[in-house]
Amino acid sequence: MSTEVANAGEVISPIFGRLTLDWIPYHEPILIGTFAGVALGGLAVLALMTYFRLWMPLWRDWVTSVDHKKIGIMYMVLGFIMMVRGFADALMMRAQQAMAAGGATGYLPPHHFDQVFTAHGVIMIFFVAMAFVTGVMNYVMPAQIGARDVAFPFLNNFSFWMTVAGALLVNISLFVGEFGRVGWLAFPPLSGAAYSTGPGMDYYLWSLQIAGVGTTLSGINLIATILKMRAPGMKLMDMSVFTWTTLCTNVLIVAAFPVLTASLALLTLDRYLGTHFFTNDFGGNAMMYINLIWIWGHPEVYILIIPCFGIFSEIVATFSGKPLFGYKAMVYATACIMVLSFVVWLHHFFTMGSGANVNTFFGITTMIISVPTGVKIFNWLFTMYKGQVRLEVPMLWTIGFLVTFTIGGMTGVLLAVPPVDFQLHNTLFLIAHFHNVIIGGVVFAVYAAVSYWWPKAFGFKLDDRLGKATFWFWFIGFWFAFMPLYALGLMGVTRRMNSYADAAWQPYFIVAAFGALLILCGIICTFANFGYSILNRKKLACGNDPWNGRTLEWAMQSPPAPYNFPQEIHVRGRDEFWRMKQEGFTWAESYAPIHMPKNTATGFLLAAFALAFGFAMVWYIWWLAGLAFLAMIAIGIGHTFNYNRDYFIPATTVTATEAKGATA
Amino acid sequence: MSAHTQHGSHGSMGTLMTGFALAALLTIVPFALVMGEVQISRITMIGLIMGLAAVQILVHLVFFLHVNRSAEGGWTLAASIFSVIILVIVLAGSLWVMHNMNENMMPMPDMDHMMNLQSQQG
Repeated sequence: MSTEVANAGEVISPIFGRLTLDWIPYHEPILIGTFAGVALGGLAVLALMTYFRLWMPLWRDWVTSVDHKKIGIMYMVLGFIMMVRGFADALMMRAQQAMAAGGATGYLPPHHFDQVFTAHGVIMIFFVAMAFVTGVMNYVMPAQIGARDVAFPFLNNFSFWMTVAGALLVNISLFVGEFGRVGWLAFPPLSGAAYSTGPGMDYYLWSLQIAGVGTTLSGINLIATILKMRAPGMKLMDMSVFTWTTLCTNVLIVAAFPVLTASLALLTLDRYLGTHFFTNDFGGNAMMYINLIWIWGHPEVYILIIPCFGIFSEIVATFSGKPLFGYKAMVYATACIMVLSFVVWLHHFFTMGSGANVNTFFGITTMIISVPTGVKIFNWLFTMYKGQVRLEVPMLWTIGFLVTFTIGGMTGVLLAVPPVDFQLHNTLFLIAHFHNVIIGGVVFAVYAAVSYWWPKAFGFKLDDRLGKATFWFWFIGFWFAFMPLYALGLMGVTRRMNSYADAAWQPYFIVAAFGALLILCGIICTFANFGYSILNRKKLACGNDPWNGRTLEWAMQSPPAPYNFPQEIHVRGRDEFWRMKQEGFTWAESYAPIHMPKNTATGFLLAAFALAFGFAMVWYIWWLAGLAFLAMIAIGIGHTFNYNRDYFIPATTVTATEAKGATA
Repeated sequence: MSAHTQHGSHGSMGTLMTGFALAALLTIVPFALVMGEVQISRITMIGLIMGLAAVQILVHLVFFLHVNRSAEGGWTLAASIFSVIILVIVLAGSLWVMHNMNENMMPMPDMDHMMNLQSQQG
């Protein structure tokens, strides 16, 4: 059973590699419709941008910007765009499974369905959740430590564009070729050269590798920022809890992402060069891939959720009008989770056959990790206790999170019991569990963060009624969409089914599809809210500190000036901005020139060539891959000769900016 | 190299020389063990070589990369300890997991026998 890499009979042209016209899916009406929609929408955007002469401002103020605030906002835009794509996949799956019961085949052929669930998982984790979390960290953390920017502003811009390049490569696969049909973690041997012959699996590999460069570099960047750029006087134990969680998450990123890079690189070698790391021939072992990918995969879910714990900590303290209960417990719980997240990975494959000893160890560690998480839940509850709780939109999301996440956590502890897991492994119970914690944790946190920090970023609040409608649609929609999946999972329904024979399951799937439609209403409300609030921004305008905040970001103007703070802040303890307000703080009237990093197009160019490189590797267009790689090296080296990297904002400009909207 | 030895933070000539001597010694000993065909069991030999290699890593970290409690306010040491913990967890854990999986696998002759039976029935 030898596995040859190149398919017999496949012609590889020296110019186009294996890309032929047959790979353009013009015979698939769903894809053609989508393509027409995307193309028309794209053309309309291009035309409008040309009409309003927005190309230069876009390039100058956003694309080449090294400002952590703008990069943060661009991460959020990327996250919302990709969320629409990933959610469209979710709707398609819900519709298919609501229809395809008792002999009916639904409307998606199996191969297409397989691509849809793979793309849904990959997009939602790597390009929605990661983009959102990185975006919030990028925007908020430097402001909370009183810094002007991150430690390496150019690297930040480069990281963002690498993430975009990865996302674009996934989206190109929709219209040129196909995507993997292997599930979001692409286990071999299915993902190996023998069983995934088309370009779909290679799109998966290269998009994740390209985006992974961005994620790892951004992790290094944010750690350096927290350790080196804190305002004078700010000790580690003076940092806000969100900054602490950012630190822990980025340590996890730096420790875990290389494992993903290495595992995917080995799989790439298997597919491209015919090595045998993960095949049964020549001593390879497919189970090693599963072991390695979950060594990254479990820390990854904590990478997503830990900053969300930080977001809720900020919000709950602000809207309860008192300091966070148990600050130190919160910090130690976060650090505990950070280390423990590395000793639980086997609970993702209890059924693979490591035996009772190993399973028991990992079952117990999994149960232990819920203890620090429980500590956090009680800290948030006790922060609200006897506080003056204001039920604004961010607080609604927080309370919704507390309820939803606790239940999701408890089903997780249930799954941590190996004998139970043997029953529920790969059933819809598992699907319900991880959506329960990722939607209830990460998505709710991101919505909370957007409604909480939007006024800081743009100077006006989001509309209250639409914000509340968004929350209730998401919250109720979530319960309708995923409670039926718990029930189905207990009945033994496996995940990733294109169709099923038992018609008795269908009502549950129809309820789940209804829930997905409610979430759709929530997403529509989100964008309606953005649009409505931008149109009514004069009416919704608010001051620099609309929520009566406690941390330093509220000392900046809204929207903040490029330099964040006109002067250095000397920090004396926790919740420094609260103390500043008590003491009636104002900025001194005389300002000094401010040293700032200059914009650069290098990050964008490097990422553009990385995208070309990825596309060429997917299609075996070797000349283009070589050229693009050389171009990346050349641009990288060229950038080291760029000495024109910084400038000073003159004191007069600072004075003028501060006079327009004096803060605090 | 000589330019760097001027600065205190990069270590003095004395510490560098100590490090060099230790590194050389830790390299010569395992080579001597192998080339002199010392009569000890294979397992002990491998254990010795791997152990000396681990000490070698520590020597490099302490004497050449200056990982100690004072460098960068202790962050270098903290980061190194964290990396070592994660490495040990990942390596030891993977070996343990994969070893158990191998142990629990049906022995190959049994499997062939079973597959023969199945093919006769089917």
